[in-house]
Amino acid sequence: MAAINRDDVAHLARLAHIEMSAEELDRMAVELAVIVDSVKSVSEAAGDDVPATSHPIPLTNVFREDVVGHTFTAEQALSGAPDAFENRFKVPAILDED
Amino acid sequence: MSVDATLSFEEAMEKYDPVLGFEVHVELNTKTKMFSSAPNVFGDEPNTNVNEVDLGMPGVLPVVNKAAVESSIKIGLALNCKIAESCRFARKNYFYPDTPKNFQTSQYDEPIAYDGYLDIELEDGTVFRVEIERAHMEEDAGKLTHMGGAAGRIQGADYSLVDYNRSGVPLVEIVTKPIEGAGSRAPELAKAYVAAVREIVKNLGVSDAKMERGNVRCDANVSLRPHGRERFGIRSETKNVNSLRAVEHAVRYEIQRHAAVLESGEPVIQETRHWHEDTRSTTSGRPKSDADDYRYFPEPDLVPVVASREWVEELRATLPEPPAERRKRLKEAWGYSDLEFRDVVNAGVMDSIEETIAAGASADVARKWWMGEIVGRAKVADVDPSELGVTPQVIVELNKLVEGGKINNKMATQVLDGVLAGEGTPAEIVEKRGLAVVSDDGPLLEAIDAALAAQPDVAEKIRGGKVQAIGAIVGGVMKATRGQADAGRVRELILEKLAVEG
Repeated sequence: MAAINRDDVAHLARLAHIEMSAEELDRMAVELAVIVDSVKSVSEAAGDDVPATSHPIPLTNVFREDVVGHTFTAEQALSGAPDAFENRFKVPAILDED
Repeated sequence: MSVDATLSFEEAMEKYDPVLGFEVHVELNTKTKMFSSAPNVFGDEPNTNVNEVDLGMPGVLPVVNKAAVESSIKIGLALNCKIAESCRFARKNYFYPDTPKNFQTSQYDEPIAYDGYLDIELEDGTVFRVEIERAHMEEDAGKLTHMGGAAGRIQGADYSLVDYNRSGVPLVEIVTKPIEGAGSRAPELAKAYVAAVREIVKNLGVSDAKMERGNVRCDANVSLRPHGRERFGIRSETKNVNSLRAVEHAVRYEIQRHAAVLESGEPVIQETRHWHEDTRSTTSGRPKSDADDYRYFPEPDLVPVVASREWVEELRATLPEPPAERRKRLKEAWGYSDLEFRDVVNAGVMDSIEETIAAGASADVARKWWMGEIVGRAKVADVDPSELGVTPQVIVELNKLVEGGKINNKMATQVLDGVLAGEGTPAEIVEKRGLAVVSDDGPLLEAIDAALAAQPDVAEKIRGGKVQAIGAIVGGVMKATRGQADAGRVRELILEKLAVEG
């Protein structure tokens, strides 16, 4: 895994919609690099015969039967909405005119 | 908004070779959503088919709908795909208000189905193989309605309203490999491919497959390259292409637009395009950017799906006959010409004819009734032919009455009208309306004498050998008997009477 640099952190921050100051970017680049190194040492410990895993628990096929359960009313659904109109969430326009 | 230049389709084809690719999203018709037990129902009051999972509330956990997995495997099998022994879900991260979690739960590096193909039959019978890259499970997003601005379009909207009823509805996204070699038939192939996918999922019973409701949605990728060049050109991805006709038009339009861009010496911009049915053109959406870095990672809240071979084979055993194979089999069995069969398919009466034949009618009789009588009446009534109210048994009975000489064809159509008016069975209507053919020669001979006496000049012509003049006399007899005579028998009797050889 390539080392993480300041530009990577800035890119990730933008993707994640997190505002970061120049100082924070500097600090986070160093801290994340340490984390990446730590993960790297785990990769070194696992031999070629150990496949990568995304789930540590040996569990598969946790399913639900296709049976209708509970729902919210529109009032409940919208109870935490900053703004609403005609039982729908009201959000700012996303794209400006081309 | 500027109008893009286009080249004529013919000129574009002369200079360039199109390469296509499709992403078709199929909404499954499970009772509940992909990861929550909220109902999967179209058209309900906004934000009522939702619970905490669909709204992406903190701390909630998704649980996979088993029926949706089974439907996905069936789609994979019907597309001749391999089914993954094990696959997992992934988070596709992006910020957009249609997705309250700020990620869509999808599949990334491990789709449930992969490496398939679909043989697409074009109008003239040419078969074109479309390779399927993958079919993966994911969830639909909420529905945004853009308010203000230009006619509900996203550009220039003042604000948007969000209904999360669709959020979490199970989707299967079917992705093709690049489709090369279609040439000038690219638009036709595009339409035929989406039609075939729609037909397959409908036939499987896993989707309502109504394009007008967004059950089947197509994103069409188009690129052009000069003839003879192997490397692909830069592609555009046209979204919102939601009717079969629109798929054809959008591909055609994009080919013409790309060609004009390339002719001007500019590079094509890799971007999303929006299809507009009203102007039959596309407009620029947004260019691909680093914001399209979705940072996929394995979904930690869902464990892998393992499809045992037993399970897959169990599901395979439930698959109905593929629509294309069924059509081929029926056409052969019925002995219809290409044209006859195509008309039957286009009129939407293939199933009805199959049922009518099963009820005892011959293939020709079934076609004659459905195509000759029922389709036209259904069009007038503005319903599907199968919903007009004519059962296969009615047709079999009508045909028996005609073949037994009880009624003639003209009366049979009146009997059919009687059936549709709810007057009873064909036999009852023949009785009630007094429609039986007059087969007793006595009244016929009387009517013939009267008709000959009324038109002596015609009678003379017939005697003189002009047998074709007989129509006027037959007509007179039919009129006198109010259409209840057997016209063939009338003709025979007239010739006998006048001692002329027919």
